[in-house]
Amino acid sequence: MRKVFLLIAALFLINNASAQGGKMALVKGGNYTPLYGIGEQADVEVRDFYLEINPVTYAEFQEFVRNYSKWQKSKVTKLFADERYLSNWENDLTAPVALLDKPITMISWFAAKAYCECQGKRLPTVDEWEYAAMASTTKRDAREDSLYNASILRSYEQPRTFLKTVGQSDANYWGVKDMHGMVWEWTQDFNSIILTGESRNNGNTDASLFCAGGAIGAKDMMNYAAFMRYAMRSSLKANFSLTTLGFRCAKDVNHPLTLN
Amino acid sequence: MTKKLSSFKGYIYLLLFLSGAIFTACTQGQSRNTGNSNYTKDYSKTKVFGEMVAELTAPPHVPPPVGNRPAMKLYMEMEITEEEMEMADGVSYLFWTFGGTVPGSFIRARVGDEVEFKIKNHPDNKLPHNIDLHAVTGQGGGAEASFVAPGHEKTFSFKLINPGLYVYHCATAPVGMHIANGMYGLILVEPEGGLPPVDKEFYVMQGDFYTEGRFGEPGLQPFDMQKAYDERPDYVVFNGSVNALSGENALQAKAGETIRIFFGNGGPNLASSFHVIGEIFDKVYVDGGDQINYNVGTTLIPAGGAAILEFKADVPSNLVLVDHSIFRAFNKGALGILSVTGKENEKIFAGEIMEGIYLPEGSTIQKMPKDGNVVSPPVTMTKSELIDTGKKIYMQACFACHQANGEGVANAFPPLANADYLNADVNRSIDVLLHGLSGEITVNGKKYNSIMPSQQLKDEEVAAVLTYVYNSWGNNGTEVTPDMVNKRRKK
Repeated sequence: MRKVFLLIAALFLINNASAQGGKMALVKGGNYTPLYGIGEQADVEVRDFYLEINPVTYAEFQEFVRNYSKWQKSKVTKLFADERYLSNWENDLTAPVALLDKPITMISWFAAKAYCECQGKRLPTVDEWEYAAMASTTKRDAREDSLYNASILRSYEQPRTFLKTVGQSDANYWGVKDMHGMVWEWTQDFNSIILTGESRNNGNTDASLFCAGGAIGAKDMMNYAAFMRYAMRSSLKANFSLTTLGFRCAKDVNHPLTLN
Repeated sequence: MTKKLSSFKGYIYLLLFLSGAIFTACTQGQSRNTGNSNYTKDYSKTKVFGEMVAELTAPPHVPPPVGNRPAMKLYMEMEITEEEMEMADGVSYLFWTFGGTVPGSFIRARVGDEVEFKIKNHPDNKLPHNIDLHAVTGQGGGAEASFVAPGHEKTFSFKLINPGLYVYHCATAPVGMHIANGMYGLILVEPEGGLPPVDKEFYVMQGDFYTEGRFGEPGLQPFDMQKAYDERPDYVVFNGSVNALSGENALQAKAGETIRIFFGNGGPNLASSFHVIGEIFDKVYVDGGDQINYNVGTTLIPAGGAAILEFKADVPSNLVLVDHSIFRAFNKGALGILSVTGKENEKIFAGEIMEGIYLPEGSTIQKMPKDGNVVSPPVTMTKSELIDTGKKIYMQACFACHQANGEGVANAFPPLANADYLNADVNRSIDVLLHGLSGEITVNGKKYNSIMPSQQLKDEEVAAVLTYVYNSWGNNGTEVTPDMVNKRRKK
């Protein structure tokens, strides 16, 4: 019996590794306290999931719009993408050649979501994204590592990193690349944690939901890099198509994966 | 029936308005004298007449005065950019700006104006931003209404119901970091009838900056969160950089002119002890509000606060703007020049009175321990490398007295530009840096009697700064090597 399980598990792994679109890495779940959490009860459980190793590239997105014409820039439903959607493309089918191996940006949340779903995947949740992104190359949670935090903050201060080639950075603990220092990424529930446009009135809001810039309720006062990501997400609407915002897909691990 | 009633209502309003105006006329003077703030007029009902597009200006300039115009509908827009700019000579920093400058564009309006404000976040920017205007009554000063993602713009509107000078700033998380990166500026809400006219108006704003490298360390310097948190700035500057108000950027005025400085303090952390060396503020609008204080030397401006300062530039002089928390001025950059040209007035300032030298600590110059803050040059340098390095050292160690272009300060510090004393004897110049100089000397026919302390510099640094000086401003182009310095040191 155990052998059968193993076989299924192995098949799944192979299947995922060779699935259409980007290669995926397994992120083992666990509990973690998000930035906005206060106290132990704020711990969030993240289950095992697969996450694409690299952000989706222009080349991959080009293939997608060739197969799904309703996401081409002239055909997209206006409700699902603002006027900046793919506006740097030469035409409906041709992405700028120089950008093919760069992270796709200027795509709306609807388009990113559709891209993942058309491949039997989905966008990662905020918790999954943050959980995977707190890993350095050696530790699954490097948030206490000042050098790690400094390097993320540093990358936020480098302009035009959306023009970097994907996959050049060192893989993190889970084997995932370019979580930091390249583009912001869409998440499934990007607007579920609201950092209000006015980010200083902790006192009047539900402190467990509204993480404020004053950092009063923050678990880790020094994790300013994460504040910037939460602030970024809360400024978005689903039809926005930003120069500095891309995405990658995730997938459930929907079976007990016990390999020993 | 309803018509009648409404016209009757109109009369009542008119009466109320008139009685309000009389009340104003009677009480205004009193409130100014006593500093009583009970008096406030309700400007929320002020009617607007017509509309106009507001002119926003980059520092140190301010838009033209509002004067006696009625309250209007005022359109204004501001673009937010994130861009690398100069913090000091050879040092750059990624500033976040309102309108492309630090501080942001100056906004000028009058009480009762209805403002329609458009905020545009450049598509290449990484971050969302917003604006909290302290002049605005209502939710977060507009912060929530103006929260905008990169590549988007938002328009919001407000009525200005309190006259005064106010700070505006970005209030997006992490708020401290947005302010520390330069996202602040001033909005002036003039009273009815405008401010009294003056000859020159300037916009100066202080800010503290936190960089990974220490003061003067060259290259692009990243923001240092820990230092910001600990309130340990490396730079405290006026108008966004060490050189923003000196050298060719010095503010200009003529003797006899009346000057008004709109001074703001963006912080994020430090309060400013603002002072102009060689002047007294005739008037200070305390905290940018209605209360006026007269004859003030140094005035305190809190972080996130502002003040309006007025004085007459009586005599020609290089007036030095400083934060009189003085190590910030001479060691962190909080120093600017208001250059006043024109006729001497010996009744006000005669100068030229000789002084002896008083050295209670003995005849040797006291040495302070070296703090290592000086740029370390490589050991062997070409002439052009010496000049480059020398310029940085000059801007840190010499510039405050000898000025950006070596022109010196009249009657106090001798010029280095085209200076006969300097060009005559290179060994003597080296000795001055190594051992200091006191007593009377004559430079270009003028007598100077002041003290230059010995400089705590390495041989290479002395060589670099002297080579820079000798190869600038019409001097004779001598190259000074570390060897030459070392030989003089051993004598």
